[in-house]
Amino acid sequence: MIERSLHEMAQALAHKEISSVELTGLYLERIARHNPLLNAFITVDAERSLAQARQADERLARGAQSALTGIPIAHKDIFCARDWRTTCGSKMLGNFVSPYDASVIERFQAAGAVLLGKTNMDEFAMGSSNETSFYGPVRNPWDSTCVPGGSSGGSAAAVAARLSPAATGTDTGGSIRQPAALCGLSGMKPTYGVISRYGMIAFASSLDQAGPLARSAADCALLLNTMAGFDERDSTSLDRPPEDYTRELPSDGGTQPLRGIRIGLPEEFFAGGCDQEVMQLVEQAIAEYRKLGAETVALSLPNMRLSVAAYYVIAPAEASSNLARFDGVRYGYRAPEYDDLNEMYSRTRAQGFGAEVKRRILIGTYVLSHGYYDAYYRQAQRIRRLIAQDFAAAFRQCDVIVGPTSPSTAFKLGEKAADPVQMYLSDIYTIAVNLAGLPGLSIPCGFARGLPAGLQLIGNYFREARLLNVAHRYQQVTHWHQARPDAFA
Amino acid sequence: MSKAWEIVIGIETHVQLSTQAKIFSGSSTTFGAEPNLQADAVDIALPGVLPVLNKGAVECAIRFGLAVGGEIAARSVFARKNYFYPDLPKGYQISQYELPVVSGGRLVIQCGDQEKGIRLTRAHLEEDAGKSLHEQSGHSFVGRSGIDLNRAGTPLLEIVSEPDLSSSAEAVAYARALHALVRWIGICDGNMQEGSFRCDANVSVRPLGEALLGTRREIKNLNSFRFLQQAIDYEVQWQIGTLEDGGRIEQATVLFDPASGETRSMRSKEDAHDYRYFPDPDLLPLVIDATWIGEVAARLPMLPAARRERLIADYGLSSYDARVLSASLELANYYEAAVAEAGRPNAKTCANWVMGELAARLNKEDREIGDCPLLPEQLGGLIARIGDETLSTNIARQVFDALWSGDAHSADELIERRGLRQISDSGALEQLIDELLAANPTMVAEFRAGKEKALHALVGQAMKASRGKANPQRVKELLRAKLD
Repeated sequence: MIERSLHEMAQALAHKEISSVELTGLYLERIARHNPLLNAFITVDAERSLAQARQADERLARGAQSALTGIPIAHKDIFCARDWRTTCGSKMLGNFVSPYDASVIERFQAAGAVLLGKTNMDEFAMGSSNETSFYGPVRNPWDSTCVPGGSSGGSAAAVAARLSPAATGTDTGGSIRQPAALCGLSGMKPTYGVISRYGMIAFASSLDQAGPLARSAADCALLLNTMAGFDERDSTSLDRPPEDYTRELPSDGGTQPLRGIRIGLPEEFFAGGCDQEVMQLVEQAIAEYRKLGAETVALSLPNMRLSVAAYYVIAPAEASSNLARFDGVRYGYRAPEYDDLNEMYSRTRAQGFGAEVKRRILIGTYVLSHGYYDAYYRQAQRIRRLIAQDFAAAFRQCDVIVGPTSPSTAFKLGEKAADPVQMYLSDIYTIAVNLAGLPGLSIPCGFARGLPAGLQLIGNYFREARLLNVAHRYQQVTHWHQARPDAFA
Repeated sequence: MSKAWEIVIGIETHVQLSTQAKIFSGSSTTFGAEPNLQADAVDIALPGVLPVLNKGAVECAIRFGLAVGGEIAARSVFARKNYFYPDLPKGYQISQYELPVVSGGRLVIQCGDQEKGIRLTRAHLEEDAGKSLHEQSGHSFVGRSGIDLNRAGTPLLEIVSEPDLSSSAEAVAYARALHALVRWIGICDGNMQEGSFRCDANVSVRPLGEALLGTRREIKNLNSFRFLQQAIDYEVQWQIGTLEDGGRIEQATVLFDPASGETRSMRSKEDAHDYRYFPDPDLLPLVIDATWIGEVAARLPMLPAARRERLIADYGLSSYDARVLSASLELANYYEAAVAEAGRPNAKTCANWVMGELAARLNKEDREIGDCPLLPEQLGGLIARIGDETLSTNIARQVFDALWSGDAHSADELIERRGLRQISDSGALEQLIDELLAANPTMVAEFRAGKEKALHALVGQAMKASRGKANPQRVKELLRAKLD
């Protein structure tokens, strides 16, 4: 059962092959068994999940189910879920029980999916290894001495180890795609504005976007159908007609189903700086695409080299402001001892935030300060526009851009923790996509030294369906996405 | 004073917009609810919540821009003003910084007999903060501080003037004109006690003829015209005194203490916040197209200046009367409704009554024109009967009283009921006068001896004899005819 696709699971539920309570119980058992090692979940509440499963079974019994009814889904602990502790990976929100549901949670609830638990993450989504979580690092199911990537590391580890059929994540600079790559999963960040940010705790508002983490592109498409849609509570949500993201998946295109598709290969993705073995796997995947009928086009994204620098101005700037509400006044952690208001603020934030969060708040505060704004923030916004223009030019020459997701496979726990710049560079291939607001997808493309490597596919705005189709075609002729870490059979 | 000084004042006004809901959340803006009952998830800044702009607040800004002839930005941007304070739940205030919704514009103020145009710098939309309640008795948090977030997120229009004001009297005239305007165009209830209209005054002085501006100090949060005047007067004297004593003015933010009548420094420039403004990524730029502006313009009432012109042209009023009667939209509407009932020829009489009897009575009972118990149609009906000589002025005052207190629905009804019709008929009056002359030979003799006063006494007698109903003008005419 745990190797089945979401669609197959839905069929098993519909045909009473298994009940939602049984399915949920199965995953809860696996969580109980494996989570002590992996630490993928921050909060599990079996009673609550099983209660939802019972409701789903009633709905299934009535034949009133939708595509995900009864299927357990794990949610990154960045999504507020009513009556669930919602920590965002921080001590600051260790005692915060949300009184409301995020839009994404609401949508899964409406679909009848079961909330299986809240997954571990880098604190406030700031990190690329899941080591900044106050609740401890998550381990990679493929090698428990390695990181799962971040910041959606708990979601990725949970799905890779089959502790959940699928999970949600958020991606500000690669936080879905990079852990998907490092854990051998398919993970998608849609176009900015496709999924409502309401109830998703903000890191960098202009970059944050939710998305699915699953075992295949087809599963991602199904999840996206539930997650996407206009929400008037998010002013940056896009008011577009609903789409069926699975619509391009089943069509049979013969032996060369991708004939006519132009795959863009930006020289900046292939210019060195990437692990040799990972690069070989990416090249092999490109060769596979040629076999599927796609043609390749060499192109350039000249300003992409500036993306990490621009990102580490814009994202911390927004974060420094977004995190100001965590002040100990109304909810969350408050320092136990203080003599006056300023001391209450400074001690609460000194004790409640971890080192990486503080580092980014300091960077963000600095770049927005009087006299520095023009040199940093305004300049970074200019770079952002240039990067978006680069992509616009590229998509006049191609339909999909392909390259590596991450410059390496999963690295060792602690390996980069002491060197923030090395850590920041692990998102070098993913950040530009967030700056431009484009949809991006990572799918597994093989193993280097026993660890999964990810292939990144980038599409033009709102071309999620095509992107998923291109990924799905590859997954129809390869088996990398079906591999499972041995320890989690 | 050793030399002459020039006073330079600019005013920033926070105008609370009278929308039903807050500017970025659906909570109600009604004043006076129990603390924190009008604060939702957005207002208390729960993790994950997002602001959604209330279009009604934008419409208020457009109205204002149109009313002052400012430029309404096709694209303006909301920015975050970052600072920590317990009554600021997000740790930042959503405001506008580089690109405000309204730029420029002009407000004409009246100072004595002089009109003066005051340039406006800008007007921008922002949200209000909550309130910190410190050790108030009657609350459970005596000894601690309480936070009330009911006001957090209330829409404000911050209107900034150029430093074109040169006395406390001009500053007050500006504030009054602005207060009248925002009420006139229906964007603010103008309730200063409740904080709906609050002024900050930027004050500096410089030697007369000096080109450079002096260092300014900003007096915060003045919520009455009187405090505005007192605070500026004190501040100006303090600054001049300091400079004449050889001191220097440091840029500072000051508070006015109404009890002592003094201003005192709250923070100096060195302690000034760096607000780290940047565009709010949660909100798209505010786009206002010509169609929207056109729709708002179509709903905008005729502005005070145009209304004054109309009062002068259509009713033959003096510019003074026109100005008084256009002090508020309600008053102007009241006046014109009264004239509509009384008839155009009685327009001046209507003006006199509205500005005289009615204003005095409202003032005495501390009422606004909006809750005047006397309908304009009732007053107009009364004035019509004065105009056609049915009522003498004295009797009219009695009728006014009766209408005010609700003893009658209309002047006509009361005239019938009490038989108050004025006697202007020559036949009836002549009989009365003949009797009067016969009964008062002494007065007749005195008048004939040249004492004009005796005539007044005789008129008085006639009024008394007719219980006030005789037309005094007619009586006088008939007396002269008989005695000459």
